[in-house]
Amino acid sequence: MYEFLTGPAAIAASGIFFIGLIVRVIFYIRGLHWQMDRVTYTVNVSYGIKGALRSVIAWIFPFGSVGWRAKPGITFMFFIFHFGLLFTPLFLQAHNFLLKERWGFSLWTISDPAADLLTILTLVAAFFLVLRRIALAEVRILTSVYDYVLLAVTVAPFLTGLLAFHQVWNYHFWLMAHIICGEIMLICIPFTKLSHIVLFFCSRVQLGMDFGIKRGGMKGKGFAW
Amino acid sequence: MAEGKLCNRKTVDTKEYLNALLADKSGKQYYKEMEELDVDTDKLRTTLKASLKSRLRTWLEICAHCGMCADSCFLYLANNRDPEQVPSFKIQSTLGEIVKRKGNVDNKFMRMVMDTAWSKCTCCSRCGSFCPFGIDMGIMFGYLRGLCFSQGFVPWELKIGTGMHRIFRAQMDITSEDWVDTCEWMAEEYEDDWPGLAIPVDKVNADIMYTLNAREPKHYPEDIAEAAILFHLAGENWTVPSEGWEQTNLAMFAGDWAACKMQVESVYDAMNRLKPKRMVGTECGHAHRSTVIEGPYWAGLETGKTPVKSIHYVEWVAEALRTGKLKIDPAKKIKEPVTYQDSCNYIRNGGLKDISREIMSYIAEDFREMSPNREHNFCCGGGGGFNGIGRYRQQRNAGLQIKRQQILDTGAKLVISPCHNCWDAIRDMEEVFKDGIRWSFLKPLLINMVEVPEHLKPED
Repeated sequence: MYEFLTGPAAIAASGIFFIGLIVRVIFYIRGLHWQMDRVTYTVNVSYGIKGALRSVIAWIFPFGSVGWRAKPGITFMFFIFHFGLLFTPLFLQAHNFLLKERWGFSLWTISDPAADLLTILTLVAAFFLVLRRIALAEVRILTSVYDYVLLAVTVAPFLTGLLAFHQVWNYHFWLMAHIICGEIMLICIPFTKLSHIVLFFCSRVQLGMDFGIKRGGMKGKGFAW
Repeated sequence: MAEGKLCNRKTVDTKEYLNALLADKSGKQYYKEMEELDVDTDKLRTTLKASLKSRLRTWLEICAHCGMCADSCFLYLANNRDPEQVPSFKIQSTLGEIVKRKGNVDNKFMRMVMDTAWSKCTCCSRCGSFCPFGIDMGIMFGYLRGLCFSQGFVPWELKIGTGMHRIFRAQMDITSEDWVDTCEWMAEEYEDDWPGLAIPVDKVNADIMYTLNAREPKHYPEDIAEAAILFHLAGENWTVPSEGWEQTNLAMFAGDWAACKMQVESVYDAMNRLKPKRMVGTECGHAHRSTVIEGPYWAGLETGKTPVKSIHYVEWVAEALRTGKLKIDPAKKIKEPVTYQDSCNYIRNGGLKDISREIMSYIAEDFREMSPNREHNFCCGGGGGFNGIGRYRQQRNAGLQIKRQQILDTGAKLVISPCHNCWDAIRDMEEVFKDGIRWSFLKPLLINMVEVPEHLKPED
């Protein structure tokens, strides 16, 4: 079971994840249309690049944009959540050990206590995001079961991983659950709003180009996100 | 498929149809017919397939439902934080549903969509600057208005407005003759006070071709005279075209893209015919947005630029003051506290925030910024056609409260508003709330402030 999940199943899930995301980006770019979108993507490109960089950089760092600064509490939670989601699995020792064993390479790693802390912070942030969805009327009206299911899909690998690592109750059970949940998450990403893992960049670049080329970027200093 | 006599999917291309619409007071019959208007679901599905490209599809799909856009919307704030005014909800429950149902929607749904598209969004795009993903709901509502228009679900005034553009190439029924007569009349009226004043029509190779808003010749022609006086004082070699002089575009508010193209092409034709060095537009936000920013795309100009360089009036004013073409008499600068209304269409969506501040630095001694300001300023409350639609007057008036509070917080009683829509909204705000706020375009203020060279003064 373990061999299957970390072998063929992992390859399939990773394949769907990577190929799926590449396809999403290709389809996004192919679907851009200078006249429909009203942005000359290929004329005044330097302004487009400048606008795109401004747009991405302002929003990729905590408190980098007026929008992030307007909501410091949420911003803090969002960034903790996303930082944990991204860095924990990538730099976890156990994952890199597996990588080395199966693929012959590994990344830089963080210590287990650091990974523990990041995981717990991610789960706490997720808990607050759920609370926020329930508590605030302006978020509640946008929320459906879909949002909770995807949040569950996203945090499940972290919760199961934490339980497995600390060998709560049955190590083997949690390990299997962890791997299955991780693979489900990878498979879900390209097909759901979780595709924002890449489409965030596409959308921000597009809007940045829009403002950079057409909506004022060629006049003055550019949009102060 | 049921269509009304007045409310239907046809465009207004004849005077007969236009007059029939105008005769229908407040659109009573029009809106009654709308209740029976069938949705052409096949057409809707085909239109979606052809025009809903990856940008909009992605925006609808990846929205994280985080609600970060809520506070960015002045209509959400003005309506006691009604969750149904959250931008994301507004677009997901309209365009999102149409896409989900592949265009299979009914009359009642489309009427709700129309009411949402024109009374719950002014397409100011402020939400787009607060969404972490850069989802610009102003753009999406613009697209949605196009879908509504193609199905005949459009507010009565905008059906008329876009018809005016189709027939007269102006938002009001002004013919080329009316327009040229008005220019002659204004030049005669003011030439005693301003010796040598002229409004040159159809002059070829001028430095400036001036375009404006049909309301100026129709309702306050003195605005044309003021523009002429300032060009005259600045020593500009300028002209107006006899055709293609209308810079505004109600078709953009209506979502009538074919009429948008017709309208901007009339101005571009004038540029090609008269070959001016550049075009200067009047103090209007949406006119600049439609003719200078979006227009080249409707007209299929692959450079994304107008045939000759085109600028907003504030850019010309800043340049004239900077270079000394116009000189302000220091004793006549505005002494009282004064604030500036950042129009969404040429500030947030046109990048002219610094130019506006430069002008204020030349003319005002106590300039007070609204908060927030520049690209993050709130819509005046009447943009995107909101001002002109009787059906939504109550909602428009409710929406004015945010701008009113912004103005009151500055402590200034004078608001400079180089945008027709903002100007109207602030005028109506004063009518409703009676705060003693005054509002003005730049032109009349500048005429009272500029130094008049000796040789241009009247002999008396």
